[in-house]
Order: sequence, then C-alpha cells, then structure tokens
Amino acid sequence: MQIDRRSFVAGTLALGVPQLVRAQGAGPIRIGEVNSYTAQPAFLKPYRQAWELAQEQINAAGGVLGRKLETVFRDDAGKPEDAVRHAADLATAEKVDIIAGGFLSNVGLALADYANQNKRLYVASEPLADALVWSKGNRYTFRLRPSTYMQAAMLVEEAAKLPAKKWAIVAPNYEYGQSAVKWFKELLLKARPDVTFVAEQFPALGRIDAGATVQALEAAKPEAIFNVTFAVDLANFVRAGNTRGLFEGRQVVSMLTGEPEYLDTLGAETPEGWIITGYPHADLQTPEHVRFRDAYKAKYNDYPRLGSVVGYETVQAIAAALAKAGSTDNEKLVDAFEGLKFGSAFGPIEFRKIDHQSTLGAYVGKSALKNGKGVMVDWSYRDGGKYLPSDDEVRKLRPAV
Amino acid sequence: MLDLVLTQTLNGLASASSLFLVACGLSIIFGVTRIVNFAHGSLYMLGGYLAFTLVTWLGPADPLGFWGGVILAVLLTGLAGVLIEVLILRRIYQAPELFQLLATFGVVLMLQDIALATWGPEDKLGPRAPGFRSFVILFDNRFPSYELFLIAVGPVVLGLIWLLFHRTRWGVLIRAATQDREMVSALGVNQRLLFTSVFAFGAALAGLGGALQLPREAINLHMDLSMIAEVFVVVVVGGLGSVTGAYLAAVLIGVLHAFGILVLPKITLVLVFLVMAAVLIVRPHGLLGKAGVEPRGHAGQLFLLRPADGAAKVFGLVALGMLVLAPLVVPDHVILTLTDLVIFAVFAASLHLLMGPGGITSFGHAAYFGLGAYGAALAVKWLGSPMEEALMLAPLMAGIAGAIFGWFCVRLSGVYLAMLTLAFAQIAWATAFQWVDLTGGDNGILGVWPSVWAVPKTAFYYLALAIAVIVIVALRVIIFAPFGYALRAGRDSPLRAEAIGLDVGRLQWAAFTIAAVAAGIAGGLFAFSKGSVFPTYMAIPRSVDALLMVLLGGVQTVAGPVVGAFAYMGLNEQLMKLTAYWRFVLGLSIVLLVVLFPRGLVGTWLYWRARRESAAQATAAA
Repeated sequence: MQIDRRSFVAGTLALGVPQLVRAQGAGPIRIGEVNSYTAQPAFLKPYRQAWELAQEQINAAGGVLGRKLETVFRDDAGKPEDAVRHAADLATAEKVDIIAGGFLSNVGLALADYANQNKRLYVASEPLADALVWSKGNRYTFRLRPSTYMQAAMLVEEAAKLPAKKWAIVAPNYEYGQSAVKWFKELLLKARPDVTFVAEQFPALGRIDAGATVQALEAAKPEAIFNVTFAVDLANFVRAGNTRGLFEGRQVVSMLTGEPEYLDTLGAETPEGWIITGYPHADLQTPEHVRFRDAYKAKYNDYPRLGSVVGYETVQAIAAALAKAGSTDNEKLVDAFEGLKFGSAFGPIEFRKIDHQSTLGAYVGKSALKNGKGVMVDWSYRDGGKYLPSDDEVRKLRPAV
Repeated sequence: MLDLVLTQTLNGLASASSLFLVACGLSIIFGVTRIVNFAHGSLYMLGGYLAFTLVTWLGPADPLGFWGGVILAVLLTGLAGVLIEVLILRRIYQAPELFQLLATFGVVLMLQDIALATWGPEDKLGPRAPGFRSFVILFDNRFPSYELFLIAVGPVVLGLIWLLFHRTRWGVLIRAATQDREMVSALGVNQRLLFTSVFAFGAALAGLGGALQLPREAINLHMDLSMIAEVFVVVVVGGLGSVTGAYLAAVLIGVLHAFGILVLPKITLVLVFLVMAAVLIVRPHGLLGKAGVEPRGHAGQLFLLRPADGAAKVFGLVALGMLVLAPLVVPDHVILTLTDLVIFAVFAASLHLLMGPGGITSFGHAAYFGLGAYGAALAVKWLGSPMEEALMLAPLMAGIAGAIFGWFCVRLSGVYLAMLTLAFAQIAWATAFQWVDLTGGDNGILGVWPSVWAVPKTAFYYLALAIAVIVIVALRVIIFAPFGYALRAGRDSPLRAEAIGLDVGRLQWAAFTIAAVAAGIAGGLFAFSKGSVFPTYMAIPRSVDALLMVLLGGVQTVAGPVVGAFAYMGLNEQLMKLTAYWRFVLGLSIVLLVVLFPRGLVGTWLYWRARRESAAQATAAA
C-alpha cells in the first residue's frame, strides 16, 4: 500500500499520537535550513519555493504533532565555514529542532561533521558526495538525493549496452566530477572489460574553455563520450560541440543533463539522443507527481524544477520522521529516520538504515528537441535502491559509525 | 598532430580576444585614474546580460537586430560606467588609492544582486550571430566562423585604439595622463571630464567583451569574478597601462590555456597564475610595462603612525574588558560570533603590518591564513597532533610559505607586487584543491576539533582572545620598535632608507614573514573553531575580506584593522541573516562608508578629533 504523505500525517494525527507530545511545547517546530542561495540560485530558488509550499500544506493540514512547522533559512554563499557558523547559530540562537539543507558537497560534509560533533540531526537534501553517507557517514546525517554513485550506476547500465568501446570523458574539476568519473570507469569496466578510455578533460568548474576542450576530445577520436559538466559549462560545451560536430556519430552519456535547471538553458541547442539522467516534469503523469506539480504551479505560476522536488521532499521526510518519532528529540528522530518510509512525488522511498541514504531515484532517458526546447523522451524511473552496492560493500565503504 | 596544434592555436586566439577587450579597458582606466577597477568583470557581465535582453528583444535572427542589440548593450554599459564614476569614484579620488578598489568591490557586490534580481538565476544561452552561425573546415577540423570573427576583433580593436590614441586630441591626453596626470591637470586639462570619459570608454570595452560572448557562451551570474581574476593577470603580465602589452598577454594566456588542456588537463585551474608568477619574477613590470607607470610619490597618502594617546588606550582597554566579560552576559551564539571576529582581527592586524608600516599591498594574504589552517588540520590528520601542538605547527607552515613567497614578492612594488601575492595565493589554493590525497581536495579536512578542555564555546573563546591579544600586542611592539621605524623609512623613501644603510628588501621580507606567521596563527585558530578546513579559506574572496577589514578600519593606526575586522565581518554576518539581498546591502554599505569615511573608520575619527582640537586651539588663541 502506498501511503500518501498528507493522509499519513493526517492519519498519525487521528491516531492521537501527538497528544503525548503536545506537552513538549505548543510553539512551532523549527527547522534551520542552510543553503548556498546566492551562489547557486538556479537550483535553490525553486528549491526554496517548494520547501515553503510543502510547509504551507503541512501546516494547513494541522501541522505535525499538533504543532506548525517553521523554517529559518540561511545563506552560506557557497562557503562551508559559513555554513558551519550558521548551523551553530541556528542551533544555539534560533533554537531550531532540526538542521537541514546543503547544495555543495563540501558544505554538506562540513554540516555533517558539525552534526556528528554536536549530536544534532542533519537532513542533507542535495549534496551528492558519496562520502556524506559512506566514508564520512555518521549517525546523525541522512541524505535525500541519489548520490554521485547512484546516478553514475544508472548511466553505466545504459552505457554498457552501447556498442562503443573507446570512451572519452569530460568532467568539472572538483570532487563531484572526479567521483562521477571514478565510479563510471570502475562500473563500466566491470560490465564491459573491453572498453578503453582514450581521453579525459577536467575543465575548472564554471570556467570551461569549450572550444579547446572540444578539440582535445575530438583529437582522441572516441566512439562515445561521458559528460559530467552541468550548468554553464554544459551550455558552452554543447554549443561548441554542436558547431564543431563533436557529437555527430557518437553516443553521449551525460549526468544531470535532463534536469530542467540545465536542459532549459540549452533550448534550441539541445543535442538529440544523449542518454541522460533528469526529471521530465511536463510528461510525468503519476497521480502523486501531478498533485505536486499542480500545487506548485498554482502557487508560483511556474513549473517545478528538480530543485523543487528535492526541497519539497526534504520537508515531507522531516514531517514523516517527526510523526514517526512522536518527538523533536534528535536521538529519537535519528532512530525514526532509519528505515523511514514515505511517499514522494517520484513514488515511495525509504531512508536506508544501513547507510542513511534515501532510495529516491532519478529518471533516465534520452534528450530530444521539441518546439525549440530541450525535453526528455523514452524515460523511465530508476529506483535509487536498486543502484547501490551490496550491503557488504556498503559496510566496507562506511567504516566507523 | 600539426592540425591539432594549429586548431588549438586558433582556439587560443579566439578566447584571447574577449580577454583582451576587457583587459585593455581595465588597463586604460588604471593608466589614467590609477583605479584598480574590481568592478570591471561586473561591467563585462552587464554587457553580456544587456546584449542578451536587447538582442532577444530586437530579433536575434535579423542581422540588424543582433548587431544593433550588441552596439546598444555596449553603449549602455558605457553609461553604467559613467554612473559609477560620477556617483562614486569622483568623490574619492583624493582618498588613498586602495580606497577606490574598495569602492569598486562594493559595486561588484551590488551588481551581482542587481543582475540576479533583473535577469533571474538561470544561465542565458544567447542566439548565434547572424552570418556566423556555421563553421569552416580548417586543418581537417570544423572551426566555427564566429571564432574566426572573434580572432579578428582583437587586432582590429587594438588598431582602432592605437589610432584613437595617436590621432585624436583625446587620445593624446590619455597617453599624457598615463605618463603624468598631475602635469596634465597643471596644463589646464579638464580632469573631471577626462576621467569620466576614460571610465566610460573602458566600461564600454568591457561591455563589448561581454556582448560578443553572447553567441559563444552562456551568460551567467558567475562570469564577473571568473573574468576579473584572469583579466588582472592579463593586465599585469602585459604591463599596466600598455594596450599592446594587454593584447600580447591575452594571446599568451589564451594560447597557453588551449595547449594546457591538451597536455595537463587538470592544471587549468592554476596555469594562468603560474605564468603570471613566472613573468613577474623575470620581468617585474610585465612584458611591455614601464617602471614609470607606477604612481610617483605617495605624497598625499603618507601618514604617520603614532602610538595611541591616553584616551585611545583607555578606550582600547575598555573594549578589551568588555570582550573579556562578554561571556558572562551574552548567550552562546554571540560567543561563537565573537570568536570569529577575534580571529579575523588577528588576520586583519597581520595584513596591516604589511599595508601600514610596510607599504606593501597584498592581494593574497588569505594564502597564509589558509596555510595556517591547513597546517593545523594536516597535523591533526596525519600526525595525530592534539590541538596545542597543531596550533604551533600552523604558524610554522604559514611562516615558511611566507618566507619563500615573500622573497620573490619584495623584489617588486605597487600593483605588481600585489598581483604576485595574488598569484602565489592562487597557487596555494590550487594545491589545496588538487592534491586530493593530502588535503582532501575541495571536500576539505574534517574533524579538526579542539582538545577536550577547549571544546566549550566559552573556553575556546578565551583561548582565541588570549592568543589574539598576544599576537596583536606583539605586532604593535614590532611596529614601534626600531624594526618598524626602519620598515616605514623604506616605505616612505626607499632611496634615503638605502642611503642610511637600511636593507629595504630584507626588512620587507622579514615583515612579510612575520605577517604570514601571524595570519597563520589566525588560520590555525579558525580551523579549530570551525572543525574543518577547505580550500575556500585561501580563495580570493578571503583575501579581499582581509583588505576590506584593514581599509575600512584605516591603515593609519594600529587599532584600525581590529576595528575594521569587527565592523566588516560583523556587518557581513548580520546582513546575511537579515536579507536575501545581503550582497547589495553590503556593497552599498561599503560604498557609503568609503565615500563618507575616506580615511577609514578609525582614521576619520582621529581626523575629526584633530580638527576639533586645532579649532579649539584657534579659538583659545583668539
């Protein structure tokens, strides 16, 4: 049975669980949210809008544990040290019950370390770094979004089916790009020992020298290309590649390109036939997604981006955990988060007990041009839970908790 | 292979053109007005966004619509330049030179939020240029015809500027002012008009650089800062004030970049800064720069550094007393903020030793702060050191780096020196970023928490405060010791200082190392206060923070940087909490502070007091 989040909350309310805890405090339950709003506005504006939507819906339905939700937003400007300062300030001055947020991996890791040191729950919404739940994983940190490993694994599944044997790689030169490349190579070689990697380009994040990079890839004459660049690097790479014919007769497999945040920028320049991960917001007609999309459109007169889904579901996850724990006590909330199940706009998901990673998945499909705009076609949902290593391997990856 | 080499050369030339357009505008503005225009990258971004809007509005498919839009965007950017000059810069030409830098940095912050509010957060991929949509086959490779067009733009603009400078009266005046602006104004030239027109011209060139990117790259909110860093490099490598030099340097950087990608794809982060460091070490004034371009005599800006008088000392002691007693009255979170502020005060004071008595402007002081933080973190991670030991290793690492980098830096002067410090800071940053095995790359080093006794917030606060007081007092002692006086002699008149037997270079080198050690102490404390270190600790914004703190407080006094640290970082922190548009408000505050207090906060206070006293004396005498 699938439990819709609203009926779930309403159900717990009806069961009378909250009466126990109402005594704890009648004021609102406070969430402290730290994110790189000024540094990454394209992703985080829709994120915050959906966050506020979710909070409004939950509060309209009576809140959680009989109390309203309230969020204090803070901007870390992309600096991990500022994020830590905000977290401490939120915890001590604003007396928030839960800390959440993070977009950049290093910000997420810094917040996770703070959470561990101070025994505070931290719900990481967005940061993709594998280390967040594995090598640096800790009891107090949970992550919603599919990690770099999971997204790479979803693409490898498709890449392995391609006839191409000579691969070239282009990735932004920072942790996310490096890990994506590492996993892609490792997993693809496991599935297809016959492939070789003939060229690797690591342009500085946000500063790709697109023409020269395309030329360097072209010179290696690959049969297929794995792309990890996104945002402005992706746009510049695609334009230079289109003009110079880099993608003609070559398969391209590309991380995150199908997310509206990045696909919309490409517009008429969208290359066709790339295998991409993303979010087909216009064509996804499952009832839970339509409900979410309609509510978002009604409030903001705009369609949701992937950031919106992440923001929305982070609030839902927190609400579900609060209801399950019946308390704002962080230790109880951590226990509640382990194995927490709830229904998301993408279908039911679970926060795994073993590594605190949620099983939220992503859509894998092909890029196409429709009326001068980029869209995803032939897509299907990949359940995140199926693209994680075996439990034994996870235990090895997540050493000391 | 040959075809690849040729194609990459062309790629390099194409990216060189936009670099050149922005760089030569910056160089011309600097030549005439002596302003290091930090907002030049923002004008470039503005040109890009304006072109996007205008071209979309006028019709991108139509050549007239496209090129008309580009030209309109260029003119509007020039107009924005006029506004900046008339509203802000004109009011502060009399202030110390670096104050204009501070003001233009305020403009950078304001324009970031204005662009975000006007054009929204999404990147804007513009239309292709009519007539240059396709490609030609060159050396068996497809080469976009628009890139060929860009390759031509550079030399054409260079030629036009040459004609302008050699065949028009206005151009002659610009060259004359670049040589000697006092003389030009003494000859009766309307300086105001000249400065405004030069600023507008430079801004328009930046706008052209941005507008021409439209068919090539997505216009985005980060293009201002990524451009300004490279443009500084180009201007300095080429030689300040030299337009031809700027072109040569742009080509050098562009082509090196294109080949760097082939040979060492991971090194692109730092390549340009390595080149700049190498050029400056071999040619201290850039490729085509002349020694004379440096401003002669700082006559208007010299200041005496006097020990604080009785009233100021009492004031300082009261302030310290309040800091000591603070934990008794204020809640925990304020203690956390105060800890940060105390650490930044040390950081600012360390830079002040260079900027005040030393007369050395460092654009890369964050390197030593960051190296101190990494020194501490690496000691914890690899040696398993406790906090006490790690805090000792922090200044050691920063000091060693300071001694090495400083040895090269003190051979230069003025803006060239500042840019070499920036280059070293970027090299240090890139090392921390790239050496993933040692430093964890951009994910940083986590788990740098204090020893058990210092874990409570109040305990760590007192630790930081105690160390801060010791370091700041020590820096003060150094400034008023013979060493400090000798350093100031070297700043005020290197020739006379040499003549009386002072080894100015060596004194500056020592000051550089001491400042690095002090910054390292601040960095070590910061690492333990945050529990982690990241490459952002030594990124450019952190260096800018340090400059802002010192300048805002005032370089004239020992107390200035400490006050500046509390004022700037305190303001920054509060604004970030209060409003989503904190960058705009912060930028506006900086501009207002600079216009209202052109001597810095403490400097202005001293100035007012001195004026009141002399007025009182005058009335008493009457």
